[in-house]
Amino acid sequence: MNDLELQALQLSLSVAWRSVIFSLPFAIGMAWLLTQHFNGKLIVNTLVHLPLVLPPVVTGYVLLLLFGTHGAIGQWLLQHLDIRLAFTRNGAALATAVMSFPLMVRSIRLSLEGIDHSLLDAARTLGAGRTDRFITITLPLITPGIIAGLITAFAASLGEFGAVITFAGNIPGETQTLALALYSVLQQPDSETLALHLVAISMSLAVAGLLLAEWLTRLSRKHLIHAN
Amino acid sequence: MLDVSLKFSRGSFALDLQFAAPAGSIVALFGPSGCGKSTTANLLAGLLTPLDGHIRVNDEVLFDAATKTSIHAEQRSIGYVFQQPRLFPHFNVAANLRFGLKRSRSAHFIDFDSVVHLLDLQSMLQRHPNQLSGGEQQRVAIGRALLSQPALLLLDEPLASLDVARRNEVLPYLERLRDVLRIPIVYISHQFDEVLQLATHVVLMNHGRCIAQGDLPTISLCAELRSLIGAEAIGAIVDGIVHSIDDHTGLAHIAVGKNFLLTDAQQLVLKQPVRLQLLARDLIISLDNPQRLSIRNRLHGIVVKLEPDDQHSVLLHIDIGGVQIMARITTAACEELHVQTGMNVWVLVKAVTLRGHVFPITKGNSR
Repeated sequence: MNDLELQALQLSLSVAWRSVIFSLPFAIGMAWLLTQHFNGKLIVNTLVHLPLVLPPVVTGYVLLLLFGTHGAIGQWLLQHLDIRLAFTRNGAALATAVMSFPLMVRSIRLSLEGIDHSLLDAARTLGAGRTDRFITITLPLITPGIIAGLITAFAASLGEFGAVITFAGNIPGETQTLALALYSVLQQPDSETLALHLVAISMSLAVAGLLLAEWLTRLSRKHLIHAN
Repeated sequence: MLDVSLKFSRGSFALDLQFAAPAGSIVALFGPSGCGKSTTANLLAGLLTPLDGHIRVNDEVLFDAATKTSIHAEQRSIGYVFQQPRLFPHFNVAANLRFGLKRSRSAHFIDFDSVVHLLDLQSMLQRHPNQLSGGEQQRVAIGRALLSQPALLLLDEPLASLDVARRNEVLPYLERLRDVLRIPIVYISHQFDEVLQLATHVVLMNHGRCIAQGDLPTISLCAELRSLIGAEAIGAIVDGIVHSIDDHTGLAHIAVGKNFLLTDAQQLVLKQPVRLQLLARDLIISLDNPQRLSIRNRLHGIVVKLEPDDQHSVLLHIDIGGVQIMARITTAACEELHVQTGMNVWVLVKAVTLRGHVFPITKGNSR
């Protein structure tokens, strides 16, 4: 592996990790919210799923409008917290997080909906309040869903292209992930070898990710077989 | 002490139920499926909120519509055992048991080791719920509810999800609870034999209403019970004490009122309180004191009431030395013997007929 390949691989992993770790608590909260009944649920649900159907370039551009140095949120972040997102590694993580957020929410929401509410009632009669029940019963029971969501989102983050290049640019060593590096390489003549290397790395990463997901899901299920 | 008045409705189903029971009772809510028993349990536990009424347990007000008091389910000291064990699949048995114990606000009257001992849970503490049989799971669920240190134990058909073999495996533990615990128990069932073996006070329910209530001997004689359990299953339930055991004949003499009833001694112990069921169809009536019969039990009594049963039979209520029992005879026999209230009769029942109808209740009726 040469420096460019190694750098792109490290960057891809780093961006993907930041993205899923950052979005996980929000995804759990959003999944929970979407299992509740409230006015405007349809609107919230649509907004969450929008990145799935919008062209990624549009999502990237909207992010640029909001989080760019002249955007409403971006300006505030820069002035008050000295945080710059556009064209940075954290920006790339934000873009991938927004893109993979619906996948994570979907997976967690599905397992939340599968929870046996009679167990929560039992916990209630045993003296467990709302937060207590969520931490001691709900969270452990949806762990397989959380893990599945994390892995899917992580895998999707590794390959995110359009939103990242629009919002964070294609800066080697800062925002140039595997997919972006491959795109750059393909623009140059006589670079088939390098391109094939990047393809091989991407594929290995994907296969490893899928195997890990399968293994983790099985492991967590083993502890959670319902008795009834 | 238990004082309950509940109004509730959902869809076309309406519940309007009042019952009260003295301190230390085991109250059985008995009625057919769909009569509102489980709804009542959920209202008591606070998982549902009544539209009107009140719930008082040992002078503590859990709900009162008049004063807008409603204690949250998680703050009510009620140990609820559901039809399904509802054990937490991600915890082992020990952790399931400790779940309620850790969160209990009231003073502890029973500790972890006592519960494990009482329900024989020693060998399963480290196992997970999916490694237990249905009966074992239900025992753990009972233990978990007990360890939450409840002021009232609520058992909603805890045996209904089990097959006959598993039921017979769990029932003795319920009898142990009845004898050992000092807290009131509300036992919900649609099996009369469970009620017969466990309850002291019975609330008969149908269509969301209480149709009769009282202590078990009284309820056993009431006409409403017949409509619920069928004519063949009815009969007086009387409490007695094992007075003596004749080792030579293998018969126990059970003192019931001023009389003695003879039955197989089997597992009975001297001085033990027992509960007997005298099925109405098993009793024979004679106007004379018959001699030279194989029948061991000949009790003198006075007819206190004639109750029409069905088209061809009559139920005689007979006082035998302060205890009322009930015998079914054909209308033809009744007419031939000219049976009237106030008449002296002899009630005959074979000692072997009483087999399987005598239930030790240890300390049950001294609660």
